[in-house]
Amino acid sequence: MTENDLFYTRPELILSFSGLLLLLLAAWRPNWGRLICYISIAPLIAASYYAWVIMTNEAFEFGGDAFFGQYRADGFSSFSKLLIYLASAITLLIAPRFLEKKGVMKAEFPVLILFAAVGMGIMVSAVDLLSLYIGLELNSLAAYVLASFARNDVKSSEAGLKYFILGALASGILLFGISLVYGFTGSTSFLTINAALSGELSMGATFGIVFMLAGMAFKISAAPFHMWTPDVYEGAPTPITAFFASAPKVAATALLVRIVGEAFTNQVDAWQQIIIIVALMSIVVGALGAIGQKSLKRLLAYSSINNIGFILIGLAAASQIGVAALLVYLAIYVAMTLGGFICLMQFEDKDGTMRDDIDDIAGLSKHRPVLAAVFMIFMFSLAGIPPMFGFWGKLQIFQAAIAADLFPLAVIGIAASVIGAFYYLKVIKVMYFDKQVNVIADSNSRTLVWIGGILALFVSPLGYLSISILGKWSAVAGAFLFVNGG
Amino acid sequence: MIASAALVIFSRNPVHSVLWLILAFFNAAGLMVLVGAEFIAMLLVIVYVGAVAVLFLFVVMMLDIDFAELRAGFMNNLPLGLLLAIILICELVLGLGALRAGSVQLGVDIANATPDTVPNIEAMGQLLYSKYLFLFEAAGLILVVSMVGAIVLTNRRRGGTRPQRISDQVKRRPEEATRNESPEVGKGVSL
Repeated sequence: MTENDLFYTRPELILSFSGLLLLLLAAWRPNWGRLICYISIAPLIAASYYAWVIMTNEAFEFGGDAFFGQYRADGFSSFSKLLIYLASAITLLIAPRFLEKKGVMKAEFPVLILFAAVGMGIMVSAVDLLSLYIGLELNSLAAYVLASFARNDVKSSEAGLKYFILGALASGILLFGISLVYGFTGSTSFLTINAALSGELSMGATFGIVFMLAGMAFKISAAPFHMWTPDVYEGAPTPITAFFASAPKVAATALLVRIVGEAFTNQVDAWQQIIIIVALMSIVVGALGAIGQKSLKRLLAYSSINNIGFILIGLAAASQIGVAALLVYLAIYVAMTLGGFICLMQFEDKDGTMRDDIDDIAGLSKHRPVLAAVFMIFMFSLAGIPPMFGFWGKLQIFQAAIAADLFPLAVIGIAASVIGAFYYLKVIKVMYFDKQVNVIADSNSRTLVWIGGILALFVSPLGYLSISILGKWSAVAGAFLFVNGG
Repeated sequence: MIASAALVIFSRNPVHSVLWLILAFFNAAGLMVLVGAEFIAMLLVIVYVGAVAVLFLFVVMMLDIDFAELRAGFMNNLPLGLLLAIILICELVLGLGALRAGSVQLGVDIANATPDTVPNIEAMGQLLYSKYLFLFEAAGLILVVSMVGAIVLTNRRRGGTRPQRISDQVKRRPEEATRNESPEVGKGVSL
């Protein structure tokens, strides 16, 4: 162990130490939940700072390995980490009020979010099968607890249990794949695996790759492994759902990109068709599944399945441009999803209960014009309709796919996104053109309004101003993958 | 081991079954020691005997299951059971066929190879606290998270219980606890 090891892992060290300290604070002051939530944003900012340093400082241009090549800090991991920490911080800002209202606020909530962030940091930095699995489990275990955080709510308990059982099954499948890959390559390090897989692929290694991809597809809720998503997203408390749909998705996607972009670059043929099929299925299932949904939370869950499909198109391109496009899309996706859920949290009736039925927001534009407009921006952006920033993400993805000669994939993807546009537009139609029902009362949370507003500005046409920054760093980050082979 | 495994299914008393199961685990551990994998042997004893089997024993003793009733439905499930048995036998035969076909070529990890002279527990310890230190600590965090999670989800303050508050008891002074009263005749004191 050298000093460098500690430097590279600094984001994780900061987060885990402050997590442990805040855990002690939470044990002695169980009523300080809200305060601890706000305090724990500080370590997230500090960790983001070090991630930013590693990404932007030229001294770390080539990234660096820590702890005998089990952990890598480079532009790719730092870009993903910034997204993850941002999403976690926003969750910590929006959650306290909601959880207090439900009477389930506990001082351990921010601690669990911090530990989940540590796990996600390890995931995106993993260049070894072991650190991959440990990071994944750290994140998942915290997520299982968070899903059932509203213990008195039957749906929340159901969500937690479902997530736990299916997540454990997926971990088992992933581990099975990992053991096969380890057995047939003799190493857990991504680079060594890649070197060992350079020749013809043996049967066992193929099985290993397939099982690993299946396990990862579960974690990013890509079809056909998406069954748990609507139920878990519907049952979990809304701010926690917002967290699930943003940060862990980024982490798992980045991990998947890291696996195929670093460990399997010599075997593109073996995984590319799997990713293509999974991407297409996710887009189609996400678009078709959302049509019949009454609950806005389930609708957003299907929308996230749909978006994961588009993200995977960027991966299927198997190129550095594809990875860069994927990262841009991820950044926009995080803003859109968080924004969507923040709007959802403001749909409260007079008693302060959240209404997520689509009929309850009918005619919203008459009495809450700003909220309706903000929600409309997110919906248009999710649908990828041109003036909004969501369009830019989709454009990048399809450009990468066409550059990689994946014409059928791009064509079917675009066709399916038209189907998807239907239900986004339906929500807008209900808000603007249906008869007013006046269920939604005025909300009094300024935090939600501000964060929702800022995110809406980012995904509105103003977001195009950030293209130069976003484009530059995503290209830097993408350049770390698909380096050899491919 | 096979004998004790058979007795697990054939003994009439479920508690005896669990005890035979424990014996089967011990025998498996013994086999592991014989092939030189003493770490796995210990793991078997600690995890399976120490935790899993004892848990089974508790469950069996706590739940009053009428096994005669369970057996009554046995014939209904027979076709399914037979089907599973046939599939398993087929797999076994195929497995034996694969054995004759020669071993599968696995990758060899030269970098991590340890000399044969070091016992495998020692080798594992050396790796765990040096090369895999980072992951070892991260695994510790996982345990913390699971513990915190279990406590968060199950710990609740129930009304109606009367816990002993030692600090309050110690804080009590004679002045607060006792008082002098001089009640009028025939009236008594109010508490």
